[in-house]
Amino acid sequence: MMTSRKPIADLGDQDYKYGFVTDIEEESAPRGLNEEIIRLISAKKNEPEFLLEWRLKAYRHWLTMKEPQWANVRRPPIDYQDIIYYSAPKTEKRPKSLDEVDPLLLATYQKLGIPLTEQKILAGVAVDAVFDSVSVATTYKEQLAKLGIIFCSFSEGVHNHPLLVKKYLGSVVPYTDNFFAALNSAVFSDGSFCYIPSGVRCPLELSTYFRINAPSTGQFERTLIIAEPGSYVSYLEGCTAPIRLETQLHAAVVELIAHDHAQIKYSTVQNWFPGDREGRGGIYNFVTKRGKCQGVHSKISWTQVEAGSAITWKYPSVILQGDHAVGEFYSVALTTNRQQADTGTKMIHLGVNTRSTILSKGISAGYGQNTYRGLVKILKKAQNARNYTQCHSLLLGERCGAHTFPSIDVHNSSSQVEHEASTTKIGEDQIFYCLQRGISSEDAVSLIINGFCREIFQQLPMEFAVEAQKLLDISLEENIG
Amino acid sequence: MTPLLEIRNVHATAGEKEILCGVDLTINEGEVHAVMGPNASGKSTLANILVGREGYTVTAGQVRYQGADLLSMRPEDRARAGIFLAFQYPIEIPGITISYFLKAALNAIRKHRGLEELDAIDFLALIKEKMQSLEMDENFLTRPVNAGFSGGEKKRHEILQMAVLAPTLAVLDETDSGLDIDALKIVANGINALRRKDSGMLLITHYQRLLSYIVPDSVHVLLEGRIVKSGGKELAMTVEEKGYGWLGSEAKGSAMPLPVEKETAK
Repeated sequence: MMTSRKPIADLGDQDYKYGFVTDIEEESAPRGLNEEIIRLISAKKNEPEFLLEWRLKAYRHWLTMKEPQWANVRRPPIDYQDIIYYSAPKTEKRPKSLDEVDPLLLATYQKLGIPLTEQKILAGVAVDAVFDSVSVATTYKEQLAKLGIIFCSFSEGVHNHPLLVKKYLGSVVPYTDNFFAALNSAVFSDGSFCYIPSGVRCPLELSTYFRINAPSTGQFERTLIIAEPGSYVSYLEGCTAPIRLETQLHAAVVELIAHDHAQIKYSTVQNWFPGDREGRGGIYNFVTKRGKCQGVHSKISWTQVEAGSAITWKYPSVILQGDHAVGEFYSVALTTNRQQADTGTKMIHLGVNTRSTILSKGISAGYGQNTYRGLVKILKKAQNARNYTQCHSLLLGERCGAHTFPSIDVHNSSSQVEHEASTTKIGEDQIFYCLQRGISSEDAVSLIINGFCREIFQQLPMEFAVEAQKLLDISLEENIG
Repeated sequence: MTPLLEIRNVHATAGEKEILCGVDLTINEGEVHAVMGPNASGKSTLANILVGREGYTVTAGQVRYQGADLLSMRPEDRARAGIFLAFQYPIEIPGITISYFLKAALNAIRKHRGLEELDAIDFLALIKEKMQSLEMDENFLTRPVNAGFSGGEKKRHEILQMAVLAPTLAVLDETDSGLDIDALKIVANGINALRRKDSGMLLITHYQRLLSYIVPDSVHVLLEGRIVKSGGKELAMTVEEKGYGWLGSEAKGSAMPLPVEKETAK
């Protein structure tokens, strides 16, 4: 009898929809890394002396470090001398408004569906778009400035607010933290800088869209968000990259600081090029993200939807230093084809009555390998600290894998830690059940996946949640026609 | 008038094994037919070939649904054309709420038929009304599909879906199994309420018990892949009294396949 549809194993066999290259002249540094390159980057960006010194210290420290090997991923070694550490679109001077931005660039953003135009004002999104290494355009800056909110590229932050940068840079992720953080500290090119003054609730979702364009470019952004006492900010980050058959390194650092009663909500939809079906090319996404709940009753939430990259290796973490501080981590990680993800979080409880929640959802399809790795650490003084962790994995087909490495380290007997984990499979039976109710097999898979991710999507701002859902659908779509 | 369902000399295998060895069965609009039989007689295979489940192959014969060749249709198209299977073992789908799932199903079917999709408000009104008639609590709606359900809840959920999707041909595969008497009555009442002049039902059951509550127009006994006897509702009672054994010896006693007594369609 005739029942023609693809076996589940073929789902996740898909094409990358964001793989176009924008033909713009780029200005690049020669390949490789040495102190000269770092001086060049710093000079190009016209940086103050303290920053150059800091970069050089980081670089010298990096030279003493070894690339970590503990992640549950397989990859060839990276040749750090074969990477171009600086690349910028060639423009005469910095654009002051959208009208001055290269129309080709804007067209690229439009293809990506990034709302950078005037219509976006209605939607209420301020965008700081990072094109390779230089921030191209920032909208809304003026409206935000009226509230005393600073939202600009990292370079601008350095120029206009050097004292703030100097005070906070490396305060959450010091350059000695890890190999990739040290590398980033030495060569970071741009990123976002965000400052919310005391008592201000940022009225917009602040949004940055990263995109890697030039070949053989490593992208090393640095993002710093400071929330003064009683303030609130929601920050969105989205990432895509064109198709290239060589791999590209992306080693970003994000630092968040929340003072007394301040709240930072940081959401990421990551869709870097995942490599082709045979696992050639793609982004190595090795990122250090950490927030410090420095003040009492402060709160930091990380929400991430990780759908792209050949390898994702990141652990957005929270240091719960202030008493009654709250840390949250909500994650969906999808691996299809040959993608590998080793991701999770660290919740470090220092203060009294600190609470943390971890909700992690891993989806593996094709030959994808998905690892959750987490640490919940409760120190001696963290009286009545609480953690709740839920870790679920969903498998599609026979050839993918899900792995979980949770660590729990408790030094205080009044604290409570809960951990729940499960692994399930999308079965032919589940699909058939949907088919028998009239739902197509594509919709059935999407339904099952979205059901699985629902708790996480609920954490995303509305517009982003829709995008994330679409992204998962596209990523898992059957390759028909 | 074209019969709703016409099964002609169907032979089918599950895996390597021949399970159905020439089944004939006709259901007209407005009729409820029951197929009874012991374990391994081919009852579930019959249900599964009607909905196009993988793992079952029709090797000979044909099935026409509203005059069209059913076996060439994809499972989802059969569902959209109005064929509904109440599963013997309903499948769990964690994370999707019943209301979300059922709305997706209903709208997929409506879309296929060129009808406007129902919005959340209209859908909620519809499903709540159906739930009341099945004595189901409203918080059922937010529970994930079949996950952590008791046997009775699963079966009741199947009938709720049937009520919402309003099929033209409903196949109920051992819907009575695993139900206590109270649950059986509720489910049976639910099913009776769904009998329509323009639709048919095929009840597949091991026991006569269900047929005391849902009175069929015709009863067929399936034995070793063949329908060996057909009759009115009283046949179910006979089976209940005498078991299946006498039918087996009757069938084996004849050299030719037993000519099946058919009750002509009303």
